[in-house]
Amino acid sequence: MLDIRLYMAQRLSALIMVPLVIGHIAVMIYAVQGGLTVNEILGRTQGSFAWFLFYGSFVVAVSVHGAIGLRVISFEWLGLKGRSLTILSWMVFAGLLGLGARAVFAVTLAGGGL
Amino acid sequence: MMKRISLLTSDTQMMTVSIWREEENDGRFEDYQVPARENQTVLDVVAYVQQHIDPTLSYRFACRVGMCGSCAMMVNGAPRWTCRTHVSKVVSNDRLEVGPLRNLPVIKDLATDMDPFFEKWVAAEAVFHPSATRDDPMAAITPDDPMRIAASEAIECINCAVCYAACDVVENNPDYFGPAALNRAWSLVNDSRDAGQDARLAAVGSNGGCHNCHSQQGCVQYCPNELNPTLSIAGLKRETTKAMFRWSR
Repeated sequence: MLDIRLYMAQRLSALIMVPLVIGHIAVMIYAVQGGLTVNEILGRTQGSFAWFLFYGSFVVAVSVHGAIGLRVISFEWLGLKGRSLTILSWMVFAGLLGLGARAVFAVTLAGGGL
Repeated sequence: MMKRISLLTSDTQMMTVSIWREEENDGRFEDYQVPARENQTVLDVVAYVQQHIDPTLSYRFACRVGMCGSCAMMVNGAPRWTCRTHVSKVVSNDRLEVGPLRNLPVIKDLATDMDPFFEKWVAAEAVFHPSATRDDPMAAITPDDPMRIAASEAIECINCAVCYAACDVVENNPDYFGPAALNRAWSLVNDSRDAGQDARLAAVGSNGGCHNCHSQQGCVQYCPNELNPTLSIAGLKRETTKAMFRWSR
């Protein structure tokens, strides 16, 4: 069920997430220290390609990692297999990617994206 | 009946043992009264029931000294080698419950069908692929060779399937090869005489392979020979990862 390709995809996506999660938490703690408002935060992130890359790669890694993890749980605990397991895995991936991308666009595109 | 009476005196302490009886998928635990001897193994108790109470009880054993790996059963819910498991060590609230090994189909009573277990050994390429003929000189492998040491740590497996019964991944994932097959594959990965490494790494990296292991270590907990299949599986994960980068070049 979990061959080496999916295993590696999950491990590599975890590898990408680790520094991004630490960076995200560090920035959150830093940002609230001085009492930054939402507009002040968005003023810094919107139009920033660096923040787009930071959260964009985070969302892609989460989508891959979460979809493979839920695929394993669905197989072992719910007994899903074959086509239904594949469809569910891709749906989870697409759902996480879509929701995450919407947030990333809103926060990092100039003018607020959506 | 005469034989039974001759074995027991009026002051013999008795205990209840529940034994799984199954025939043609119709199974249930049945209680038997057996002597509560100070020094007896679970296999002794099962043998007593078969020899003195119900000769139709089916179970499997051979060596009785922990070498052959035939007599593993579930004892009070845990997989054990019954010939080396003393009743006094596992009895709980004066109850002893003996069932067939978990995760394997039952043939009858306590005898399980071991075919799926050993078919997975073959699927995992946990078989030796010779690289030399009998006409070649013996391979010189020193005891301090790191690969030899790694192989030695995994090599004392007696194929009892206790780890296979202890594994929750095996329970939930019928494709998973299980700890014993992967442990054997790891001992062969460390065999410098073996000529089938690429096929083996491809097999243990396939759908039922080592990457399904969640490292829960049920196998380590219950292996009667105190092996560490989880460590072997971690070794396989490492080697298959290295091989993937090698093959992609």
